[in-house]
Amino acid sequence: MSGALLPWLGELLVTVLLLAGSFFIVVGSWGLLRLPTFMQRLHGPTKATTLGVGGILIASMLFFLFTEGRLSVHELLITLFLFLTAPVSAYMLAKAHLHRARLDEEVPPTGRPVGWATFDPAASDPDPDRSLRPDRAP
Amino acid sequence: MLARLLPHPLLTLLLTVVWVLLANGPSAGSVVVGLVLGIVLPLLTRPFWPDRPVVRAPATVVEYALVVLWDICVANVQVAYLILFKRPEELRSRFLVVPLDTLVPEAIVTLAGTITMTPGTVSCDVSADGRALLVHALDAPDPEEAVATIKRRYERRLLEIFG
Repeated sequence: MSGALLPWLGELLVTVLLLAGSFFIVVGSWGLLRLPTFMQRLHGPTKATTLGVGGILIASMLFFLFTEGRLSVHELLITLFLFLTAPVSAYMLAKAHLHRARLDEEVPPTGRPVGWATFDPAASDPDPDRSLRPDRAP
Repeated sequence: MLARLLPHPLLTLLLTVVWVLLANGPSAGSVVVGLVLGIVLPLLTRPFWPDRPVVRAPATVVEYALVVLWDICVANVQVAYLILFKRPEELRSRFLVVPLDTLVPEAIVTLAGTITMTPGTVSCDVSADGRALLVHALDAPDPEEAVATIKRRYERRLLEIFG
């Protein structure tokens, strides 16, 4: 870190953030390995993408701020893309699991007159009465 | 006319800014390409997103983001503890049903995404009429309390934002 402002403190801060981020990614992967059921394993990767990757991205931003004195914003974009894509892929994995394991008898009832979208064929019904939009309801 | 050209003005702005940031800073070229993408992409995807959501309480958006960030930090530590120090048999994993008060699709998508990104819960399915979410919790000793927390912390604020 040549010519850096706060050379020692900055280095320490970046190191702590990198280690903390790595710790959470390792724990997430350990959970993926250790937990017995599919649904429980799904919790591991969603954790790694939040605090684990978050810590490493903040460390990266600070590193470029301290060494080159410029603000790097690519890390913010990575965060944005992760927050947009991670829930969708988790949702798809969960849906595929519900189908494959035929869990329609095991998941709790919706508490509504219709079933869960994965199992209720009415969900793909083009009938506009079933549209999600309240203003399109009859 | 303008509403036909720009069905989602905020999306246009966001796409342009994202493109400029991807190109590492504003230059004449990156702004032009960003604007072209920001105008063309909302037009191409309009059939999938016909209506424009109304953000009623912009201040609540900031509050919501801060609450979610804080919860992510707290819940990460909690789940790390569960994974490292609890035996899998001790985990009270179960499905939760979250009945929805909001009818706005954008609010439901945001809520489902938030539930997945806060560790310890993953949203798995929505009821066919869009009025309930199926959520899997890694460790929920009290399912009713877990559902109440989701509704109190997240859905109440989303109701304020989207109505």
